[in-house]
Amino acid sequence: MTTITAPLAPEAPPSDARPGAVAVENFSFWYGPKQALFDISLDLVPREVTALIGPSGCGKSTFLRSINRMHDLLPGTRSTGRILLDGEDVLDRSVDVVQLRQRIGMVFQRSNPFPRSIYDNVAWGPRLNRRPSRSALDEIVEQALRRAALWDEVKDRLRTSALGLSGGQQQRLCIARALANEPEVLLLDEPASALDPIATQRIEELLWELKKELTIVIVTHNLQQAGRVSDRTAFFYLGELIEHGPTDQLFTAPREERTEAYITGRFG
Amino acid sequence: MASTQLHGASVGDRIYRYTTTAFALSIPLLLVLLAFEVAVAAWPALKAFHLGFLTSSAWDAVNGTFGAAPAIYGTIVSSLLALLIATPLAIGVAIFLSEFAPSWLRQPVAFLVDLLAAIPSVVYGLWGIFVLVPFLREQVMPFLADRLHLGDTPLFSGPAYGPSMLAAGLILAIMVLPYISSVTREVLMAVPRSQREAALALGATRWEMIWGAVLPYASSGVMGSVILGLGRALGETMAVTMVIGNRHEISSSLFAPGYTMASVIANEFSEATNDMHLSALMAVGAVLLAITLMVNIIARWLVWRVERRGQA
Repeated sequence: MTTITAPLAPEAPPSDARPGAVAVENFSFWYGPKQALFDISLDLVPREVTALIGPSGCGKSTFLRSINRMHDLLPGTRSTGRILLDGEDVLDRSVDVVQLRQRIGMVFQRSNPFPRSIYDNVAWGPRLNRRPSRSALDEIVEQALRRAALWDEVKDRLRTSALGLSGGQQQRLCIARALANEPEVLLLDEPASALDPIATQRIEELLWELKKELTIVIVTHNLQQAGRVSDRTAFFYLGELIEHGPTDQLFTAPREERTEAYITGRFG
Repeated sequence: MASTQLHGASVGDRIYRYTTTAFALSIPLLLVLLAFEVAVAAWPALKAFHLGFLTSSAWDAVNGTFGAAPAIYGTIVSSLLALLIATPLAIGVAIFLSEFAPSWLRQPVAFLVDLLAAIPSVVYGLWGIFVLVPFLREQVMPFLADRLHLGDTPLFSGPAYGPSMLAAGLILAIMVLPYISSVTREVLMAVPRSQREAALALGATRWEMIWGAVLPYASSGVMGSVILGLGRALGETMAVTMVIGNRHEISSSLFAPGYTMASVIANEFSEATNDMHLSALMAVGAVLLAITLMVNIIARWLVWRVERRGQA
C-alpha cells in the first residue's frame, strides 16, 4: 500500500517521523465561549489503535473531530495548541483541509453511505481527488473493499444501491470508502454503537487488520470494546485528558482515581 | 356517574370525528364535482370535434369550428421557456441561501424571493405591458435578431411586435422562480448533516460537497420543485394574457404572438354566446385541468420521496 505523504502546507518543515504519527500538544478547544477541551497532550502512534473513552459530553468526539478539522464549518469555534501530523501542524491556517482529510479518513457513528451504488460510494473520494483511469479505479475500489472485509459479500452487486446493504455492511462500506483515499490515519467515532454484536465483532476484527498499516483512533462508549481493540487508551473526563497509557495497564492498574471509578462502572 | 361521563366523552369524540372527517372530505369532493361539471359541459365540443379539438388550429367562433392546438402549444411552450430560464436561477438562489449565505442575510433574501410570489398577477402583467414588452421590442429583440444574427433562425425570426411568446416566457419565469427556489431550499436543507460530513471527510471542498453529495441526494426533490413551478406556469392567466399577444396561431418564432389555454378562457368566456363556443371553452378548461393535475401529482410525489428518505 502506498501512502500519500504530500506536504499539507507548502512551507512545512520536513519530518522524519513515521507516516501517520499524530502528536497533540497542549490542545484546547472552545465552542463559542464554552471551553470543551483543556490542554490535551497525547501521541497517537502509527500501527496502533488508540481508544478514547469517557462519559458522554467529555470531549472525546470533539477531540477526534479536531484531528481532521471537521469543526471548520462550525462558526464560533477556536482552539489553541498544536496537532502535528508527521510533524506538520494541521491547525495551521495555511494547511489545505482537503489534502488533510484525504490523509486522515473518518468513519461516523451512524453509517452514512451516499444513495448511490456500492461502487460509486467507494470511488467517490478517488474520483474527487486523484481522477484515476477506469481500470485503476476498479483496482482501487476492489482493494478498498477487500481491506474493509466486504469484497466477498458485494463483489457480485457492486452496481446496486448501497442502501440495500445491512447496517454492518453499510458501516464497513463507509470504512472502505475512507480507505479508498489511502489515508495514513483513520478516525472512528463510535463506529459500532448502532450495530448488533456480530456486526460489531466484524468491525473490531477489521480494525485489528487495518492497524498493520494505519494509525487508528476510535471513540467508544463500550469499555469492553476499548479493551478488545486498542493498544492504548485515553480517558477523557469533562474536557480533560485524565490519563492515558497502554490499554492493559490503564484497565488493570489505573493511576488516577477517576479512571478507576469510571472503568469499574461507578459513574459514566 | 362515571359510566355516563365515559359515555358522554365518547359521543363528543364521535361528533368531533365525524365533523372533521366531513370537512376533510369536502375538499376532494369539491375537486371531483368541479372536474365532473367541466367534463359534462365540455362533452358536446369533444364529441363534435373528437381528437381534432386537440390538433386543429382553426378556432372560429362565427362558423362554430374549434381547434385548441395553438392554445395548448402556447401553454406548453411558454411554460417550458419559463422553466428553462427560471430553473438555473432558482436553484442558484436556493444553493446560495441554504449553503453559502451568512445567517444575517439568509432570512431577508429568502423573504424577498418569497415575496415575488405574493405580487398579484395583474401587477406583473401591467409591468409586462409597460416595461418588459417595450424593452423586448426596442432592445432585446433587435439585439438577438440583428446583432447576434439569429434573425434567420426559426426561433427568432419575424417582426418584433413586442407582445410575444418570449414576453410570456420571461414573465412566467419571474413568477415561478420563488416557487422553485423555496421548495428547492427546503429540500436542500432536508439533506442530512451526515451526508455532508461524509463528503467533507473524504476531502471534498464545499462546492464538491454540494455538487457531489447534497444535490444528488436532493435531486428528485429539486425535480419536484421544478415540476411544481411548471404547474404554476401552466395555469397562470392574467399576466400571460396581457403580454402574449393572444393570436390563435402556432409559430416557431418566440417573437411571434401566441395564445395559452388560460388566456383563451379568460378572453372569450364573456362573448361565448352560442352553446358550442361555451362547450369548447369548457373543453379547453378540462384539458388544462387534466394537465395541471397530472403535473402537480408528479411534483408532490417527487418531493415526498426525498422527504421520506431524509427521515429514514
